[in-house]
Amino acid sequence: MVRVLVLVLAGLTLSGCSANWGWYVVDPTSDTGWSNLKFLLSGMYYTILLSVTAILISIAVGLLVALPGLSEKPLLRRLNQIYVELVRAVPILVLILWVYYGLPQVTGLGIGVFWAGVIALALSDSAFQAEIFRAGIQSINRGQYEAAHSISLNYVDTMRYVILPQAIRRILPALGNQLVYMLKMSSLVSVIGMSELTRKANELVVSEYRPLEIYTILVLEYLVLILIVSAGVRWLERRLNSGDQR
Amino acid sequence: MAENGEPVITIDNVSKFFGSFQALKDTSLKVTAGERVVICGPSGSGKSTLIRCINRLEKHDAGEIVLNGVVLGENKESIDAIRTNVGMVFQQFNLFPHLTVLENLTLGPTRARKMSADAAKQLAMQFLERVRIPDQAGKYPAQLSGGQQQRVAIARTLCMEPKIILFDEPTSALDPEMINEVLDVMVELAGTGMTMLCVTHEMGFARKVADTMVFMDHGEIVEISPPDKFFKEPESQRCRDFLDQILQH
Ligand SMILES: Nc1ncnc2c1ncn2[C@@H]1O[C@H](COP(=O)(O)OP(=O)(O)OP(=O)(O)O)[C@@H](O)[C@H]1O
Ligand SMILES: [Mg+2]
Repeated sequence: MVRVLVLVLAGLTLSGCSANWGWYVVDPTSDTGWSNLKFLLSGMYYTILLSVTAILISIAVGLLVALPGLSEKPLLRRLNQIYVELVRAVPILVLILWVYYGLPQVTGLGIGVFWAGVIALALSDSAFQAEIFRAGIQSINRGQYEAAHSISLNYVDTMRYVILPQAIRRILPALGNQLVYMLKMSSLVSVIGMSELTRKANELVVSEYRPLEIYTILVLEYLVLILIVSAGVRWLERRLNSGDQR
Repeated sequence: MAENGEPVITIDNVSKFFGSFQALKDTSLKVTAGERVVICGPSGSGKSTLIRCINRLEKHDAGEIVLNGVVLGENKESIDAIRTNVGMVFQQFNLFPHLTVLENLTLGPTRARKMSADAAKQLAMQFLERVRIPDQAGKYPAQLSGGQQQRVAIARTLCMEPKIILFDEPTSALDPEMINEVLDVMVELAGTGMTMLCVTHEMGFARKVADTMVFMDHGEIVEISPPDKFFKEPESQRCRDFLDQILQH
């Protein structure tokens, strides 16, 4: 992975010698280039904050939505299904616009760009989280519930100490995927003016007229961010799975 | 050495259906304190279903189960009665794979019995000694042999300090060389006056510890008798055929 990245970088730098490229806009050795680079990188903060806040909320909501989906009662399962189907059907960009421009008219309360973005991203992701949790919990052997029952654990303790710790280990790769997906989708919040990576790049393109170089940097920013997250998830997986393999 | 006294478990005309299939047909059984009951019968005869109704892993559809004076049903009183009285050991051990042996043992006492972590740990170590594997406390279940895992499962049950333990074919998933280490622990437990209901085909064990033998077939209890009589002169033909089959080798 790293080697590919280096190759891509080298290729871009070399081709920078040709007439089509103008790397000077982001040349760290020049004053304007350096300040442009810092400007682009400053979007990182909100991209991360937005994505992490949204994924934490969507995990919590996803879990709460998944539980009725596992119930023996058809009505509860139906509620879970309706939520998942409805939320999954709305495009994220549409949801962002609706939450930012539409929701305040319903509630009468203004909502900031950041929280509008978080709500829309979290809501949209929660449907997928719910499905991931449902599948993960369903994959746990029935004997685990029976053992928990036989030592008289109640529902909450059974979930908290027996089922979820095992389910989460199994769904960790899928949760990692969702985080990556979330980091990418957070770029959409730029349309309502959130100063994250993509918005910063757009602003710089408007003032510098060098879309090729600036968007290339933007691509690299996401790439590096996501490679780091992937490595983190793999590390967590290894750590959680050491020792207690079945 | 069954004491004659009030029954601790009374199963009275209990039926259980899975859809339209009747797994238990009007079964009745009384168990007194300290009694060791061994239940046998062909596969699918309802042995597991019967003992699983006692801790409500299965909910019976008709009849009545009385546990220490409490009629079992959907209420707090019966959940309490089960918690303070009944433990269960499974064929597949069902240990919690993500927890160490010690954590497997202390989970019930700390969460369900509200014991302090220290007290629970002490209790756990005491029962690990009892099943002779105190040195494995820090390991994960997957690092133990089958026999050791089942002994941990027995210790986990003992940590709830139940008065009655249900065993559902505790040695059936074990390699032959590990069966005895588990049976030894169970024999020892029988010596402590524990009320035990064991579904097992280990007839040597049954002869050694059982006060009462129960034979089931097709969802019915066909025969209830003391082991002497049970093995020498079973009343029903079905029971005789079954014993011939499992004792022939
Ligand atoms: N959850 C269930 N759903 C449907 N049928 C079931 C269920 N559990 C048990 N049965 C059926 O009920 C009957 C009795 O099952 P049970 O497990 O009590 O038998 P058993 O005597 O324990 O047999 P084995 O020796 O194979 O363990 C079987 O025919 C079984 O197929
Ligand atoms: Mg069975």
